[in-house]
Parts: sequence; C-alpha cells; structure tokens
Amino acid sequence: MKFLSARRRNPFVAVLLLVAALGAVGVTFSAVSNIQPAQASLGTQTQVEDGKKLYLEGCSSCHALTAQGTMNGPTLLGVGAAAVSFQVSTGRMPLAAPGAQATVKEPIYDVDEVAAMSAYIASLAPGPAIPTSEDLDYSSADVAQGGILFRINCAQCHQAAGQGGALTQGKLAPNLMESTPQEIYEAMVTGPQSMPVFSNDTLPIKDKQAVTAYNLNLQEAPSPGGLSIGRLGPVVEGLFAWIAVFAALIAAAVWIGVKAR
Amino acid sequence: MNKITPSAGDNDELGHDEHGLAPAKLGYSPVAEIPHRLRVTDTDPKAARRAERQVASMFTLSMVFVMLSVVAYVMIDKATIVYIPVLGEVGASNVALGLTFGIAVFLIGAGAIQWAKKLMPDVEVVQQRHDMVSDKEEDNLAAADYERGKEESGFARYKIIRRSLLGAMALFPIPIIVVLRDLWITPPGENPRELLSNTLWTKGKRIVSDGTYLPVRPEDLPVGGLVSALPEGILEAQEEDHNLNARGKAAIVLVRMDPDQIRSQQGEGWDYNGILAYSKICTHVGCPTALYEQRTHHLLCPCHQSTFDLADSGAVIFGPAARNMPQLPITVDEEGYLIATQDFAEPVGPSFWERDRA
Repeated sequence: MKFLSARRRNPFVAVLLLVAALGAVGVTFSAVSNIQPAQASLGTQTQVEDGKKLYLEGCSSCHALTAQGTMNGPTLLGVGAAAVSFQVSTGRMPLAAPGAQATVKEPIYDVDEVAAMSAYIASLAPGPAIPTSEDLDYSSADVAQGGILFRINCAQCHQAAGQGGALTQGKLAPNLMESTPQEIYEAMVTGPQSMPVFSNDTLPIKDKQAVTAYNLNLQEAPSPGGLSIGRLGPVVEGLFAWIAVFAALIAAAVWIGVKAR
Repeated sequence: MNKITPSAGDNDELGHDEHGLAPAKLGYSPVAEIPHRLRVTDTDPKAARRAERQVASMFTLSMVFVMLSVVAYVMIDKATIVYIPVLGEVGASNVALGLTFGIAVFLIGAGAIQWAKKLMPDVEVVQQRHDMVSDKEEDNLAAADYERGKEESGFARYKIIRRSLLGAMALFPIPIIVVLRDLWITPPGENPRELLSNTLWTKGKRIVSDGTYLPVRPEDLPVGGLVSALPEGILEAQEEDHNLNARGKAAIVLVRMDPDQIRSQQGEGWDYNGILAYSKICTHVGCPTALYEQRTHHLLCPCHQSTFDLADSGAVIFGPAARNMPQLPITVDEEGYLIATQDFAEPVGPSFWERDRA
C-alpha cells in the first residue's frame, strides 16, 4: 500500500490507468458484441421469466397483461423477438407520449433487458426472430445489387441516399445514417410503424445483406466535394447556391458600393 | 485652378486641391446638390498610411495564399478524407485548394476595392447627356425618308401585290395548327388509349418481384407486406423494345392486408386472400408510387402527394390525381404462384386528352 501511495502522483500512472481502462472497455465490448446475438436467439427460461417481469412493469399498461393489445397499443402476439428488439433497443418503445409515430430516443432498457423482453414475447407466439450474426454478415454481399434493391424498395420513403423523408400527417421515414445492420434487418422483417414488411421470402436474406451493405456504404460515403447539404440532390444544391452564395455576393456588392468614411 | 463652365461636359479636371472646401459643383446637376463628405484618409495622413498598409498587406497575403495552394496541391494526397466540424467528412485536397485559392483571389479583389474606396480621389462627378428628344429637323427628315420609301416600293400602286402579300401573311400560321393536330386526331397505332390499355399482363401471367425477378407465392407475403412487382418476361420485352415502356406500363405494387380491412375493390374477388395488386404508376402525371403506409393502407405519390387508399378501390383521398389507381385482378396458378387473371381494365398511367372519349 505504501508503494502505491508513494507513486500515485507519478506521471506514468495516468497513462497506465488510461491503457488499463481502454483495455477493459475493449474486452467488455467485444464480449458483449460477440455474445449478444447468440444469446438473444436462444431465449433461455430465465430470460423469458425476467422478460415477463419487465413486460408487466413497463409495457402491459398499453399492450395488456396478456399482450393481446388494448385501445392504446397493438397486440404483440406474433410480432416476434425482432420487433421487440427493434422497438425497444432504438428507444421507440416504451412511448414517451402518444403521437403520430414512436420517435427514436435514448433506450430505457439495456441489452440484457431487451433480450429478456424479446425472449418473453417470442415465447407467446411465433414471429420473426432476432437475426443471428450469420444473417447479418454482409461481408460477401453484392453492394451494387443492394443499390438496385434499395432504390426499388426503400428509396421512395427513405430517400435515395438514405436521408429519410416525410410521410402523411406527421409520420416520417427516418434517416438511415446511424442504423446498424441488426436494426436494418429487424425493420425489414417486422415492418415497424408505417413501414411495410419485407419478409425473407419476398426479399431473401442474401438480398437483405446486399441492402445492408449498400446502406452502410452510403453511411461511410464521404463528400469529396465539400458540403453534402443533406445529400438531397441538385435542387438543394441549387437553392443553397441561390440563397447562401447569392446573399454573400449581394453583401459584397453592397460593401463595394458603400462610400468610405 | 481651371474654371469649369456649365457647358463643359468633360470631367477630366476635378480640382484635387479644393478637396472638401466646397461641394463639387461641376456643370448642371439636375437631381440634387450632393454635399461632399470628407473621408478619414483625406484629412488624417496617418489614416491614409494605415489604409495603404492594409491594401499592401492584402495583396501580400494573396501571394502567400497562392503559394499555400501550390503547396497544398503538391503535399496533400487527393484521396485523403478529413473530418471538419459542420462540413463533415470531406476531401482534404479539395477543401485546401478551394480555401487557399479562393482566399487568394478574394484578397486581390478586396485590396483593389479598399484602395479605390480609401485612397483614390473621391469627388462627385456629373456626366452630361444629350436630350432624349430629337429635334424637329431630324423628325421631318425621318418622315420624308419613310414617305419616299413607300412611294418607291409602290406598295400603294401595285394593288395585286399588296393583296397577295396580305393573303400570304394571313395563311402562314396554318402549319402551326397542323402540327398540333393530334390534340384531336390520333394517327393509327399512336392512340394513347390503346397503348396504355395494353400492358404485358395477360391471363395467367406470373407476378415476379422487381429486382430479384423471382415469382411470388401468396405465403411469401405477410400481412403488411409490400412487393414492387412486374410481369414475368419483362426483361425479354425490354430487350426487344430497346426501351422501358413495357416496364412503365406493367409495374405494380402487391400489398397484403387483413381481408376484413378491404372495404371495396374495383372488381368482385380481384384480391387473393387479402393480397391486392395495384398499378404503381400515378394517375396524375405518371410518377412511380411506392410510399406505402402499411397501417393506413395509403399509397403516396412522391411527386405531388397524391394519396390512394388501397383498402378502398385505390380511391384518391388527397392530392391532384383525378382517378383511382387501376387494380389488377390476381389469383394463383396450379403451382401456387400469384398470376394475373386479365390485363388492367382501363388505361394505366397519367390522364390524356382522349381518355374519356368513347
């Protein structure tokens, strides 16, 4: 103890502590990210029981004690683990307030709790399962084919560059620039909110991986020309030029014309 | 000091020595007397030197930025991407070249303007102009020219020429009207009614998913599902036509809803267990519509926000479209794949002049 207290002010201690903390975070993250999909797909008996407790506390007031739904919330029978995982892990559920549609916010439940609730809902009736890491592996997917499928099936609502867009009466298709492969997959198989379902029969897993690969490609795409201005295309670029650049030009012209003091 | 008389229109003598002593009154000023206001640089030699230094440093800085842009061109790899707050991920080379060269050019201009504003002579000048009205003599000359031209051309004398010219002028717009004839006459084979009524859909034609071109079975499509679909053999038809017309006419959306939620459709039993097929082409001006809200069963057109209720015969519930979205009657074949039972019952796509004519 004396050794430690004598040297705790040594400048190397801070570096050592930082390395140790980074290492701990890295190990924990890799452990969590490796285990999570496998864990979720199994759904052990304890998970189901834990999930039931969480469900009764946090969800049953709108979705009913039996998950059959009430006036305030739809039935959860048959929505599957994937729907629970998507809605809860993105913070859409539980709802903060009734509105046009559930909005993304800081998730209330942690990874284990989401897995438990998913397992509970999946135990009530069959539905789309949480994808395995194999389902999500897009490393060998065809990005170009993914682009074709994205433009046919996704772009009309989520915009050709995945920037999202408006629907009717305050509903919207969200921006996909932060979406993870698991969220993309779960959204396609469960059809959250207004989104239609793209089942594994009409859009096979191989094609889902291609769409995911394309979407991640969009996320990583830099803007070599400078400002992306929302990647909304030439109309926005023209508006920017006419409004911002023209305003700057007018300001310059006014400065040239003002008489010096 | 030169004396400048009101009749002297030239303004090369500006009287520098009299700076600020009196309003610069050069010639006849029709608008207003402009009081001359002195600049700081006119009265304070220190300020004038400061302005001089400003201008010179702008020009010098411009040189520095030009050199920097050359350095940036040589040193920065054009594939390098950097993160800049607000701008996001951008190409380092582009940003560096744009900024350095842009600033260099701007500094030359800004320096020149600063020079002109602060240091160059600053006096009000009146520039003389002629009267806009020409004098009587010129008016008479022009009128006489016109009369002589009329006389020499013989416009009044050659009656037959005059009349035939008037006739020619009256008739020459007729070809323009002929060009627009298809507003009421349609050449054979170009009748939009026929063209848009005949799509690739026929009895027994399989429905394939767009992009994958795989046939669709009813059990593939869950309630709430959406498939953008085409007739089987679409790729061959496109190959043959060398255009995308066949696709444009035959494109459909397949949706599935709970059969209890279908309030009406365009024909008895045109759905298959809650699966409905509607044209994908908006009846307003023909944009592809596939914004489908699965819970409200609304299909939206992205161009002008026309909204169709697919649970109610594809009726227009909002927007400029004037007609229901045409429905395609479907069933399944003996192998269990979804097929059309006939072509569309009406022309698909946007409206056209002849549409409601028998």
